[in-house]
Amino acid sequence: MTVYAAPGNPDAKVTFKPRYEHWICGEWSKPVKGQYFEDISPVNGKPFAEVARGTAEDIDKALDAAHSAAPAWGRTSPTERAAVLNKIADVIDANLELLAVAETWDNGKPIREPLYADLPLASDHFRYFASAIRAQDGDHAEIDHDTVAYQFHEPLGVVGQIIPWNFPILMAVWKLAPALAAGNAIVLKPAEQTPVSILVLIELIGDILPPGVLNIVNGFGVEAGKPLASSPRIRKIAFTGETSTGRLISQYASANLIPVTLELGGKSPNIFFSDVADQNDAFYDKAQEGFTLFAFNQGEVCTCPSRALIQKPIYDSFLDTVTTRTAKAIQGNPLDTDTQVGAQASNDQLEKILSYLDIGKQEGAKVRLGGERADLGGDLAEGYYVQPTIFEGNNKMRIFQEEIFGPVVAVTSFDDYDDAISIANDTLYGLGAGVWSRNGTVAYRAGRDIQAGRVWINNYHAYPAGAAFGGYKSSGIGRENNKLALDHYQQTKNLLVSYSDNALGFF
Amino acid sequence: MIDAAVTLEHETQSRVALNDASVELLRKLWQQYGPLMFHQSGGCCDGSSPMCYPAGDFLTSDNDVLLGRFDIGSEPSLDADGVAGGSQPIEFWMSREQFGYWSHTHLTVDVVKGRGSGFSVEAPEGVRFMIRSKLMDSATPFE
Repeated sequence: MTVYAAPGNPDAKVTFKPRYEHWICGEWSKPVKGQYFEDISPVNGKPFAEVARGTAEDIDKALDAAHSAAPAWGRTSPTERAAVLNKIADVIDANLELLAVAETWDNGKPIREPLYADLPLASDHFRYFASAIRAQDGDHAEIDHDTVAYQFHEPLGVVGQIIPWNFPILMAVWKLAPALAAGNAIVLKPAEQTPVSILVLIELIGDILPPGVLNIVNGFGVEAGKPLASSPRIRKIAFTGETSTGRLISQYASANLIPVTLELGGKSPNIFFSDVADQNDAFYDKAQEGFTLFAFNQGEVCTCPSRALIQKPIYDSFLDTVTTRTAKAIQGNPLDTDTQVGAQASNDQLEKILSYLDIGKQEGAKVRLGGERADLGGDLAEGYYVQPTIFEGNNKMRIFQEEIFGPVVAVTSFDDYDDAISIANDTLYGLGAGVWSRNGTVAYRAGRDIQAGRVWINNYHAYPAGAAFGGYKSSGIGRENNKLALDHYQQTKNLLVSYSDNALGFF
Repeated sequence: MIDAAVTLEHETQSRVALNDASVELLRKLWQQYGPLMFHQSGGCCDGSSPMCYPAGDFLTSDNDVLLGRFDIGSEPSLDADGVAGGSQPIEFWMSREQFGYWSHTHLTVDVVKGRGSGFSVEAPEGVRFMIRSKLMDSATPFE
């Protein structure tokens, strides 16, 4: 067990600056209007740094820098860009604890997550796209003996990226790595709840990238996000967040006729067929953990397995077992490596989760576990903590249909395969799903029948860089991870070349 | 507390309300941004929260439902000559498919400390609109 010292103490792994500005053209840049806002740590509910409050003027400045850097960066060889990405990965690895403490303090997540998941995944993501861009070929088609069509990948130019607050560094990296690998310059806006950890990262990696290739403008959606998303000076916008904002960003993009990629969340079903309980073995233990993963990252995951569907013959026994298991989850100081459930990222997030606990109870859902705010006392008394909560109910209830983004799972039963698929697909969303069965055919068929972009079979919450990630239905447009993501950051240039000396003969 | 005027055909019960804190905040935001609207979001991060935009900034379509219309005007909405005076209408919208799952609940817009993460106009004030829900016993399910 290790308890990391809280920032502000002399032995803390990270020392935050009292004030963070924008990062534009390879250096800190004061906000044009001179305004700042406070970044609050959800660990204790207290402000710990000031962050520049960007406006359209700052976005313009960042776009100027990006446009000045894009042509040269776009002409670098894949080998050069891969070397840059690999260096960034090395710096992340070398500063693991520093970045982990920063991420936990900014977001509230238990520190074992950034130490063993967020940050190792982030550095691996850079290495994956360093490899992918070097291995990427163009292609050609021999149209006829004298005519060849060559397809080249070219960067889009300058792109905009708006980052969510649930995995502040990793979600930024999911967007940054393919965009940089493909040779684009970027203006990125972090989430206003969690801007600082990315700024700590840019301080470490800033000198690896040529000035202007990556620019970060902080601020609020309406003041900084909107001028970025609606700018005619970007060639693409990428966003992770909620549906209304996704639609609004699509509207802005349509006005400029630019592509948009959106990741808008889900209400992911986690299906447990009765054969998981055929034996009380390692696999059954794994399936139980698969249920409890709803509390991972306090449920603040777009693919949180927030609906558990359990087949009737094992409903009572399985739910008993996993309720006991969930009750053992250790909630506490996020800086303690033993802590499994930390703080929700913000006060408004806490309030929203509590409002769902309320409507769940009003609709008659049975509280099997938790159901209240958690008061951890002491220094953490003002932090944003919610007890891991298990509701039983039916799929028409709002707690089964809306992304609560908290450590809350809504559980129901199903009769047979068709019933399971029908309930699983009765949702607006289609981002993630889980299927647990010892029968490979059942698991495969279910995986194909569920309308979701990512179906985990006999595992959950794994995010390897090579596996494509994105949504069906209202969960979004486009894919992240996997080399497929490069396609969202590249133009296709076709050269149609004639090697014949003869006229066409039309005129 | 302001109840929205009923806007759904064949309905008689108001579906949405603003509590006093919301009304006060909306009047302040109106001075800064002009006419406003709400669109109820779904999805992750700042999903499930009502988004407040400058009216017309968010394009609604036939695939959205107008749940109600507020008037936050602090003065009588008609002057002595019957001319519209202090009327400040705010429409509350939701996507049609989402309303299919929400229609049995009454919504009250509240304000809490925080800052959301979307493009809702109140975020820079350090507060966030939020929905509180209660069951509507007599509501007809929306088809």
